[in-house]
Amino acid sequence: MARMSTINKSAVQVDATIIANKRIGAYHQIILSVGEAVRNCRPGNFIAIQFGGEASRMVLRRAFAISRTSENAQYGGTVELIVAPHGSGSKWLCAQVEGAEVNVITPLGKAFGVPTEPANALLIGGGYGSAPLFGLADLLKSRGCKVDMVLGASNGNKIYAPMEGKRSVNSLKIFTEDGSMGESGRVTSQLAEIIAERNIEIIYSCGPMAMLKAITEIASEHQVIHQASVEEAMACGIGICMTCVLPVKNETGAISMKRSCIDGPVMDGASVCWDLVGKSTENF
Amino acid sequence: MAHEVDLSTTLGNAWFPSPLFTASGCASSGKELAQFFPLKDIGAVVTKSVMNKPRHGRPTPRMAETPSGMLNSIGLQGPGIDAFLANDVPWLLSQGSRVIVSIAGETIDEYSILARKIRSTPGISAVEVNISCPNVENRGLVFATDCDTSARVVEGVRKVIGGEIPILAKLTPDVTNIADVARSVANAGADGVALINTVLGMVINLETMKPHLGGRTGGLSGPAIRPIAVRAIYQVHEALPELPILGMGGVASGRDALELILAGASGVSVGTASFGNPTALISIQKELSELLAQRGFTSLKQAVGYAHR
Repeated sequence: MARMSTINKSAVQVDATIIANKRIGAYHQIILSVGEAVRNCRPGNFIAIQFGGEASRMVLRRAFAISRTSENAQYGGTVELIVAPHGSGSKWLCAQVEGAEVNVITPLGKAFGVPTEPANALLIGGGYGSAPLFGLADLLKSRGCKVDMVLGASNGNKIYAPMEGKRSVNSLKIFTEDGSMGESGRVTSQLAEIIAERNIEIIYSCGPMAMLKAITEIASEHQVIHQASVEEAMACGIGICMTCVLPVKNETGAISMKRSCIDGPVMDGASVCWDLVGKSTENF
Repeated sequence: MAHEVDLSTTLGNAWFPSPLFTASGCASSGKELAQFFPLKDIGAVVTKSVMNKPRHGRPTPRMAETPSGMLNSIGLQGPGIDAFLANDVPWLLSQGSRVIVSIAGETIDEYSILARKIRSTPGISAVEVNISCPNVENRGLVFATDCDTSARVVEGVRKVIGGEIPILAKLTPDVTNIADVARSVANAGADGVALINTVLGMVINLETMKPHLGGRTGGLSGPAIRPIAVRAIYQVHEALPELPILGMGGVASGRDALELILAGASGVSVGTASFGNPTALISIQKELSELLAQRGFTSLKQAVGYAHR
């Protein structure tokens, strides 16, 4: 039956098999076979996973950015996730053995927009926020873009930068707050210089809110487009719970609460009112 | 041998082919779920409580997961009644969906204004009068904690709506005697009651050592509150056996839905379970039909309130 809704239009709910679960530094690389759904997955889309099985006291799904996709004869369509085992849900997922099944909904959310003409792109990732940027780098490179990358984290163990991921990247700069890998500092420490030197036309970012806000400020000063993939706690991932909202302004300057699951997670950084996140909405 | 069970139900003079509904605030306006199942396959879509004016709602964080449940603190974010009736209701009707519109107001007058606008919109099956949203600044504004103010809201809506569209008053379990509140809204003209709204709760974040939610308090939903819902439905059905009840509160399976029906619910709304599983309503409907058949019921109506014997 043709349905007129355009929300969640490519999303399917399927039981996915865990093909691989490997520890990489502070994270787990998890590969799930999701079948044909993979054909609609674009860099920036996410997957919502159900946890804990029948008897679980966890009633909500967890959302993860899709870092890469592939299709092969043995496993069909697969998606790769980079997961930090922090909360009860992600710990449960990281403890699953290969062969286990999990119920997933994917692809969800708005993907990164790709320029129609080749452009100089800078990809900025904080912590495991770098994960979806490598798939994006491949896509941008295939469209003739020049791709530079800056990654940052509190320490080197939290930098996710796989060898094969670096192939599509023209240059990679790493910053850690404790100086244990790359240069000492944050992703924004040399951002203004990098934009000027490399003639950056578009920035793509993924990471914590404070980082996205800091990038937006510098990108706006230099009049560079900034597509930010936001992180806000979601109960559903499909647009029905209204918990993952962010204050966003439209062309006329009017502010409204937009759902990061269906109006994002990729948003125009300049349209997000970062200073109003978590503030009372009475004065919007 | 398994036999077909007639799942149809009524709330006031409104007929529904199935007793499984979305819960207000847990299906937005329906478009989001339509990718996962045809909306006409369930009893009705109960839309998110809408107010007269557009509303931004409460600041984030708006959600905290808790054991077998979650707290939400949305604060009635929505487009306002005019945009809602112009865009969302026609879309739902075009899908063949039955629509129960949930309304919320800050004043008794606001409910009447909302009712007037609903009366002039064709195709709406019933109105849920949400007098118990916990996510308002002033606890005193939760009309359903007081029999008298509850009755005045319902009276105002009844006067405007006339007798055509059934009115369901949505009540909170956070009261001393919920049957008293149910009686007062029934006397004021409600055709039924929706039981229960979320239960007021709080989570404290151990990192900030402050309340976690932006709105400080939130509404607890999910399986954690199901026994409270069963109790409230049982008490109201016992006191007012003729008053139709739309039950909700932590229903995640067919057995949960049957529990509420046996306690006295003629219909069951599913909310938080849809967050975890967008096709929950469809599987619950199927399981409920099987469970009724296994127990020898040939219709849903035979099972309503069957625990009272």
